[in-house]
Amino acid sequence: MCTYQTELLEVSGSGKGAGGWFPLERAMVYFDHPVHAAAEHSLNVDFLSPTRGPAARLAVELDPVAARELARTILAVLDRVEAPAGAGHAPVQ
Amino acid sequence: MASAWRECAIRAETTTIRGHQGDEIEAYLARPLDVPRHGGVVVIHHMPGYDEATKEITRRFAVHGYSAICPNLHHREAPGASPDDAAAASRAAGGVPDERLVGDVAGALAALRALPGSNGKVATIGYCSGGRQSFLAACSLRLDAAVDCYGAFVVGRPPEGLGLEVGPLTHLVGQLSCPLLGLFGKEDSHPSPEEVGELARLLEAAGKTFELHSFDGAGHAFFAVDRPSYRVDAAKEGWRLIFEFFGEHLGG
Repeated sequence: MCTYQTELLEVSGSGKGAGGWFPLERAMVYFDHPVHAAAEHSLNVDFLSPTRGPAARLAVELDPVAARELARTILAVLDRVEAPAGAGHAPVQ
Repeated sequence: MASAWRECAIRAETTTIRGHQGDEIEAYLARPLDVPRHGGVVVIHHMPGYDEATKEITRRFAVHGYSAICPNLHHREAPGASPDDAAAASRAAGGVPDERLVGDVAGALAALRALPGSNGKVATIGYCSGGRQSFLAACSLRLDAAVDCYGAFVVGRPPEGLGLEVGPLTHLVGQLSCPLLGLFGKEDSHPSPEEVGELARLLEAAGKTFELHSFDGAGHAFFAVDRPSYRVDAAKEGWRLIFEFFGEHLGG
C-alpha cells in the first residue's frame, strides 16, 4: 500500500550527505515504500536542506522495530544528559 | 496477446514535453522502430519516483509495439535530481496535485499522438499512487483505455492529518471516458478487497466498461521486480491481461 503517512518538522544541526556536510533545516518522517531497503514498507527519515536543493538530503530507511528502538534510545540518551543536576548523569560538556 | 507477437526494435531516450500550464517537464520516451502504426501508452510512475524500474516498464511497452512515455511528475520540485531525491522533494512539498497530474498527462498524450506512426489511440497505466492517477486521468481526459494497478484511495479516504492532499475519486466515476482494467492483490490493504468491490459496484452502476482482477497470494506492488512484494504468478498474468487489453483497445 501507499500509506502517504508523512510528517515534517524544522530541525537544526548538520548532516553528511553525498556532497559532504551541510546544515540541516528540515526533517521528514514517513512510513511508505523504501527505495533501497528490502521491505515492502519502512520508516523513513530524510534530513533536508531545501535551500541547498533536493540533493542536500541524508536519508535512512529503517525497519519499524529498529526505528522504535532508535527513537527510544535517542530519548533515553537525552533524558540522561538533560536530567537535573544531582539526579543522575551530569550533562555532557 | 496474439501468437504472432515478436519483440520490436526500439528507441528509448529522455525528452522534454509541455505539461500542465505549458510547463516544460522531463519525460522518458520509448517507441518501436519497426511498427508502421501504433498506439501510445502514458506510464505514470509510482510515488518513489521516475526511476529505473518505471523506465524499464516504459521500454517494455515499446518492445511490444506501443509508443510509451513516462512524464517525470516530480520534475518541477527537483529538475535534474536523482529520482529518490526528487521524490523526497515532491513529498515534502505536499505531493503531486491532482490538477497538475491531469495537465502533465494531457501533455504526454499530446506528445504520443504527435509521433510519426501514431494511430491516435492512447491509454494510461499507473502503479501504486500512479494507479489512482491513471484512474483520475481517465475520468478527466479522452482516452481509449486505462489501467489502474493497485491504486489506493480511488475508493476510500486516507486517515486525517496526512501531509499530502489525496482524496477519493468516486465522484468522478460517471466521467470515466474509456474501458478500465484494474489489477489488484487480495492481500493489499490500500486498496482493500472491499474497496475494490466498491469500485466494481460504482462502475457497474454507472454503466462503464471495466474488468477488475484480484490475485491470490499477492499484496501491493506485485509487479515490482526489484522489491520483496514481487509475486511472479500475479505479475505474469497481469502483464498478459494488460497486453490483451491494449491489443483490444489500442490496435488498428
